[in-house]
Amino acid sequence: MRSTNGLWGRRSRRRRRAALAAVAALAAGSLTACGGSGKPVLNWYVNPDGVDTFQKYAKSCSTDQYELSVQLLPNGATDQRTQLARRLAAEDSSTDLMNLDPVFVAEFANAGWLQQVEGDLADSITASVQGDGDYLKGAAETVTWDDKVYAIPLWANTQVLWYRKSLAQAAGLDMSQPVTWDQVIQAAADNGGTVGVQANKYEAYVVWINALVQGAGGDIVSDTEAGRDAKVDIDSDAGRKAAEIIKELADSKAAQPDLTVSNEGTSLGQMFPKDGAGEFMVNWTFVYKNYEGLVGDSLTDQQFADLGWARYPQTVAGEASKPPVGGIDIGVGAYSKHPDFAMEAARCITSEQAQVDLALDNGLMPSTNAAYDKVSASGDYPADLIELFRTSVDEGGPRPKSAFYAMISGAIQAKWHSPTSVSPGSTPKDSATYLKDVLEGKSLL
Amino acid sequence: MTAPVKPAKAKPVASDRARAETRLGQKLVAPAIVLMLLVTAFPMLRALYLSTFDYALTAPDDRSFVGLSNYLTALTDPLFWQTTGVTVLYMVVTVAVELVIGFIFAMVMHRVIFARGVIRTSILIPYGIITVVSGFAWQFAFSFQNGFVNGWLPFVGDDFNWFGQTGSAVVAIMVSEIWKTTPFMSLLLLAGLAQVSEDMIEAAKVDGATWTQRLTKVILPNMRAAIMVAVLFRALDAYRIFDNIFVMTAGAVKTESISFLTYRQTIEQFQLGMGSALSVLLFLSVLVVAFAIVKLFRVDLAQARQES
Repeated sequence: MRSTNGLWGRRSRRRRRAALAAVAALAAGSLTACGGSGKPVLNWYVNPDGVDTFQKYAKSCSTDQYELSVQLLPNGATDQRTQLARRLAAEDSSTDLMNLDPVFVAEFANAGWLQQVEGDLADSITASVQGDGDYLKGAAETVTWDDKVYAIPLWANTQVLWYRKSLAQAAGLDMSQPVTWDQVIQAAADNGGTVGVQANKYEAYVVWINALVQGAGGDIVSDTEAGRDAKVDIDSDAGRKAAEIIKELADSKAAQPDLTVSNEGTSLGQMFPKDGAGEFMVNWTFVYKNYEGLVGDSLTDQQFADLGWARYPQTVAGEASKPPVGGIDIGVGAYSKHPDFAMEAARCITSEQAQVDLALDNGLMPSTNAAYDKVSASGDYPADLIELFRTSVDEGGPRPKSAFYAMISGAIQAKWHSPTSVSPGSTPKDSATYLKDVLEGKSLL
Repeated sequence: MTAPVKPAKAKPVASDRARAETRLGQKLVAPAIVLMLLVTAFPMLRALYLSTFDYALTAPDDRSFVGLSNYLTALTDPLFWQTTGVTVLYMVVTVAVELVIGFIFAMVMHRVIFARGVIRTSILIPYGIITVVSGFAWQFAFSFQNGFVNGWLPFVGDDFNWFGQTGSAVVAIMVSEIWKTTPFMSLLLLAGLAQVSEDMIEAAKVDGATWTQRLTKVILPNMRAAIMVAVLFRALDAYRIFDNIFVMTAGAVKTESISFLTYRQTIEQFQLGMGSALSVLLFLSVLVVAFAIVKLFRVDLAQARQES
């Protein structure tokens, strides 16, 4: 009996000690969470691009009054959106700042999850939408909703046409002039090359379709502020032209073997293949640094010198193309306990210097003209490439801004995938009917 | 016949103390019952309520009452029936295959003489692995770039993409599901096997019954309850299949199950109204499946009784 008691006594003492240690650890943890000195800690949810620069700015933008703490979001845009939405729908007061993909801004703003940006900054962004402010027009357009500003552009991404100079030369294409999709597909097919696009069943496929439709002067939907009553415009000449181009590529020798599941990464390897002429590829700005990093490893200087870039191809000859616009905007959570601090921090994070650092250190292009000038002056990128990025964002076409964007994107993906099944005669029409039904809640997605 | 029952019923002529104890007991469990009702009934009622609205989380101002319209939309939508069809296919095939393999495993675990622990443990290992992890493992296995499946199968080309079309993608998902949950089936069947009296088997042996006769006339009929439980549990589980699909195809090429459709409506599209309607339909269809299986086995039971 005694020994049992002793054993129990020892065990309970050990347990008590473990419990005490746990409580102490918890207390220490919560103290750290409070900044140790009672300073509020603002959580900044970031996507996993350029995290080192975000960490740096979290430190330098912290003040005597508050501290910034970087929290990492998942890799995929859909997962990022889901995680943020779940927090904000639950009115989470610890979501102070967040990096938002431009297509989420309208959704989040409409749901009342974002603080409105006011004052001179909002004025500057609104002016930029008209083409007068420092922000690039394409980037400024992504953060406005219902004539108000709900986020601050941080970096602006865009797509350009990357290609092998030798391939374009063999095809006799004058790349100093705008080229059309038709020309690019023909040039690649006739000269043993390919055309790289993003056509898996995911968001980037909608990016491509949207750029094609806008390039022909049309829209997937318009009057999006009407919510579910938005006007569905994809069943139009522009929609049919977009479908023609997708079909032309799918039926062409220039289509890459994995066309139906292709993404931003799959066609990178097709630029400098062991055999073959290489490719024309529409892709984001990261491509330059990606190939530059391979020089001396799997790429020779000569090969790298053969890499060319041009403005996004035209859908219709003579009509300016509408390059896709992406990037990241910084939003302030509507339920933040310290909205003023958070807004101040958001300004600091999106400062000109921060944008320059992101461009030079991480290849993430700025959203303001002033920052572009600095990046251009640094000599890190060829001057004409920087200029191409800037004009592409400025004259680019954003995806539809709608509180129902996820539905619009999903409905388009459902009817336009796979690219091999696209038919100009039926796809735009079918997708318009389906999209209308989905928006009106008459059809499942 | 009723005489022996009566005293048993009349027995609790409770004393004051016993009644007080009962009352105290009731008071003590009352909070737990209230809590349970809150936890289980509240979400269900809330889902029922939400399902009568056209309500997207991102457009709270546009919320409108639509009655049963969401149910009507879902039930008349080909996508709903297509996903239901695929879900039933997953359920029927995986449960059937698992029943056979699971029974063989149960027999092995039951009869094994040496290394009993090791063999039983190794059969049970897949069940201990998290479904998402096994989903990833099988996704890699079926990948045409770095998987081993194409290399092992002589009738499949090395560059065959299992996830490129519905048929093969469904097969890949089923394989991962079967691999993961067969141990659960075999565990339940092992419990049933253990209940079959050795004396009966011995008696059948003495009477000259062959192995097949002993299996079909003695072992299986006596395991009916265990088989029913195993099939019921697994069928309900399989009907809610989600993780494997999420990891392996993300619902592409028409491999989406009804749970996945519900998830997409609610979590990806933020359509709380339609998502709730679908989850209510999912709940009802699970009830139908459970009812059908119980009914099916009862019929068997009655037939067996007549035979014997």
